[in-house]
Amino acid sequence: MINVLLWLPLAVGIVGLFLPKRATGWWATLGAVATLGVAIGMVASFDSNSAGLQHTVDIAWISGLGVDYSLGIDGLNLFLVVLTAVIWVGGIAFAAIREQERPQLFFFLMLVAETATLGAFLAQDLLLFVLFFDLMLVPFYFLFGAWGHDRSGEGGLTAPAATLKMIVYTLIGSLLMLVAAIATAIISADGGHLTFSIQALQEQGLGLGSERWIFWFFAAAFLVKMPAFLLHGWMPDAYRAAPLPALIVFSGVLAKVGAYGFLRVVLPVFPEATVEFQEVILVVALASILYGSVMAFTQTNVRLIAGYSSVAQLGFITAGIFALRADGADGAILQMVNHGLVVAPIFLIVALLVERTGSEDIREMGGLAMRAPVLAALFLIVALATLAMPGSANFIGEFYILNGLFQEKVVFAVIAISGVAMSAYYALRLYQATMHNRKADGIASREIGLRDGLVLAPLVLCIVGLALYPQLILHRTDASVKQTVTSVTGGPAPQAQLARTEEER
Amino acid sequence: MNFEAPSIDYAGIAPIIALTVGICVVLIGGTFKSLRRAVPGLTLLTLAATAGLLIWQWGESKDLVAGALRLDDLAISISLIAILTAAFAVLLSLREPAAEEAGPGEYHTLLLGSVLGMVLLAQAYNLVTFFVALEALSIPLYILCATNLRREGSLESGLKYLIVGSVGSATLLYGMAFLYGATGSTGFEGIAVGIAHGGLIGDPLVMVGIAMAAVGLAFKTSIAPFHQWTPDVYQGAPSPITSFMAVATKAAAFAVFIRFFDVALIPEASDWQPALAVLAAISIVVGNVGALGQDSLKRLLGYSGIAQAGYMLGGIVVASEAGISSLVFYLAAYAFMNLAAFAVIVARERETVFGDDIRAVRGLGAERPQLAWPLTIAMLALAGLPATAGFIGKLYLIEALVEGDYTWLAVFIAIGTMISVAYYLRVVAAMWMSQEEQAVPAIAGASPEADPVDPEAGRRWYLVGPAVFAAAATVFFGVIPQPLVEFASRAGSALF
Repeated sequence: MINVLLWLPLAVGIVGLFLPKRATGWWATLGAVATLGVAIGMVASFDSNSAGLQHTVDIAWISGLGVDYSLGIDGLNLFLVVLTAVIWVGGIAFAAIREQERPQLFFFLMLVAETATLGAFLAQDLLLFVLFFDLMLVPFYFLFGAWGHDRSGEGGLTAPAATLKMIVYTLIGSLLMLVAAIATAIISADGGHLTFSIQALQEQGLGLGSERWIFWFFAAAFLVKMPAFLLHGWMPDAYRAAPLPALIVFSGVLAKVGAYGFLRVVLPVFPEATVEFQEVILVVALASILYGSVMAFTQTNVRLIAGYSSVAQLGFITAGIFALRADGADGAILQMVNHGLVVAPIFLIVALLVERTGSEDIREMGGLAMRAPVLAALFLIVALATLAMPGSANFIGEFYILNGLFQEKVVFAVIAISGVAMSAYYALRLYQATMHNRKADGIASREIGLRDGLVLAPLVLCIVGLALYPQLILHRTDASVKQTVTSVTGGPAPQAQLARTEEER
Repeated sequence: MNFEAPSIDYAGIAPIIALTVGICVVLIGGTFKSLRRAVPGLTLLTLAATAGLLIWQWGESKDLVAGALRLDDLAISISLIAILTAAFAVLLSLREPAAEEAGPGEYHTLLLGSVLGMVLLAQAYNLVTFFVALEALSIPLYILCATNLRREGSLESGLKYLIVGSVGSATLLYGMAFLYGATGSTGFEGIAVGIAHGGLIGDPLVMVGIAMAAVGLAFKTSIAPFHQWTPDVYQGAPSPITSFMAVATKAAAFAVFIRFFDVALIPEASDWQPALAVLAAISIVVGNVGALGQDSLKRLLGYSGIAQAGYMLGGIVVASEAGISSLVFYLAAYAFMNLAAFAVIVARERETVFGDDIRAVRGLGAERPQLAWPLTIAMLALAGLPATAGFIGKLYLIEALVEGDYTWLAVFIAIGTMISVAYYLRVVAAMWMSQEEQAVPAIAGASPEADPVDPEAGRRWYLVGPAVFAAAATVFFGVIPQPLVEFASRAGSALF
């Protein structure tokens, strides 16, 4: 079943290349929905008491090089897989409603991207992970470059140039990661049987000396991908150039692969270096929170507001992971899902706003709520979730993260809390400037269309659903998270206080 | 007195015999007008027969001709790569103006002659066969580069290659003389024994010999800083010949590079390893930086070839079985990637007025997807992106390097690859993200060269077929690399 989950999107995409233009969009949507169905099936059959891998597949792929085709699901990736499937349905359906140039190729690339992303989440072989991690870039290169927007008239870059910048940035990290992954396997094999299996590498261990530089090679790849502060240079240009359906899935899911990489690879395989560099990464995370927040409430381009808010949110998630406590990491996973579920609808709404106003500048928007109460209501839910309103799953996620951080590093936690306050400002600013205020000239205040509503409403429903029942995720991730965190801290994981009270309640 | 005739292993030298016979047949056939059209077919037949005989010998490991040649899986695998490339070149040469002008018989004879040199070079096991084979490979190429008689660039390319190639050969020969003088042996194994047991490790005479031999081979494999001829010669030569040179010459030269350094000079390994590693690093930087901003696709591939040679040299640096295997794997992958790219370049050269300029491929994705896909795959593979043989090749090489304690060189490969993405993707962007270039209307009385040779070239089977085949192989071996890994590891285990 896990094979079906991984390869179904690709298969659908290849078939779609040979369908007539008008049918491809719906065919791709169908494929994405079917993939989601398989992913939900995974959740249904998931044994939440087990910390180990489930639904595993393990076949020797390149035996001479020690690379296995090894997939598996556990608490760390289960809901990220579901998130991927959900967001892709949204992105593809949104694109299918609208007319695309060269639709066969567009949807093919979208589905290739889905397979690559799922692969990165499912891979249990370090090299397979690196392979899928790199492969994710290829479809997005074409999607951003060929279907993107030319911003050279607005002081930006042309789409191919912006995309190239993104590729070069991300490849810096991921190529170094390739070297680091190979070095990890060879050093830990120490002349013996070469394997890239993450579990085996975790058991064999490395010396601290090698761990140090390998840690940074991996961290570079993941921090660029997120992006973290100082490594975010590609983000503004790429976000402005990207076609919105591709951007929905890109910002909704791809950034999380970086954070996930820390949990899956860095913490278990390089525990000593993780402890050693914990504070450095925390500083980077806090810088991302502050910088992202400040940028998000000074920018006027709606895409960039959402983009910088992602930088801040990913900073939170990183901080949660590097609290090196079970509750922090639990919160990080919950928050990854939350953020994906929030940012994707924001970009959907941005797309709708742009269609109505013809501009991406919030100064030229306003008053859209007048005639579009449903759209405004949906947007309000999303905005409130973004600012982590108590009662939303984001609140619980951030609370877990801050709780974990507070118990470990008080100073960092105090600074991080300011990020929560700032998120309220930029989320509400975005909402007010577009929906309230006086209606600007030349804006058609239209209600959301039925088909767009059918794309947006389920995503918002997911947000509401998670707000009501976050244990859906927390309950299933806890066992694996504890195991991962224990691998770093050595002793038994500190009991997640909050998790217990939640369960008792 | 008893006289024993030397036993001749005819099976072992059968591939060489087949090639030689083929050369005669093609040359004579080309002189008859009625047979002229059959020349490419005869050439392909010769190549197929040679390949068949080589495959028949697969798994053998024996000395031939009194130890002058050594037939093993390394020699066979490299020869097969060279033959495959030659077959591609024959297809790409169909209706090529250069082949018509030089006379199809001569053109194809020279091509086969060069292949013979390569097959010999891959088996060379002493200094004499080494040098003779190298010249047998090179001299036909000097001429082939200049076969496009009406283009100044082609003639210049031939002359340049001749001069630089001769300097390289002379340096190599001088180095060989030193080695022979020091060790008293011409056989590769004899040299190794001479160095190891003659107390010659670190001997200045040997070191000078090694240095000069390395320089000579670096000329042939276009390793920086001995690469200056590469872009010019690649650009000037007829494109099918460029594709042949870029892939087959490199493969054969690397074969002897491996044998010479990893067999004859292995006792001195700790001395030449760092030096070659530095050369590799310089190549990676020079090639990748040089390729940025090139508008001629052939020059771009020339510089990219310098960088790729740098990557491959890493396989020799570590002097291990994994190193050789990864090098052979990379050569095979490199062959597929480059051949796909060159097939498309040849097609566009004939189809448009832009020659090999990057403008020739603008808007190709919409106009000719059957050409755009192979070129896209080739570029992504050369850039080392996953799901292509290029990625597995890099993975294999880096694994060998890290295992051989040359992690810094592996990091260099990673950095070089990062730079390379900028120019490879520029070609991809031209194909998919820009509009087709409109030709400026020819000025009245412009030379007839400005007209496309064949406006339908993008649909010819002999151009599209090879392009699609090579691209498909690139993807296939990227997804299912196991067969090619086994092929390469057999070559590696032939020496160690």
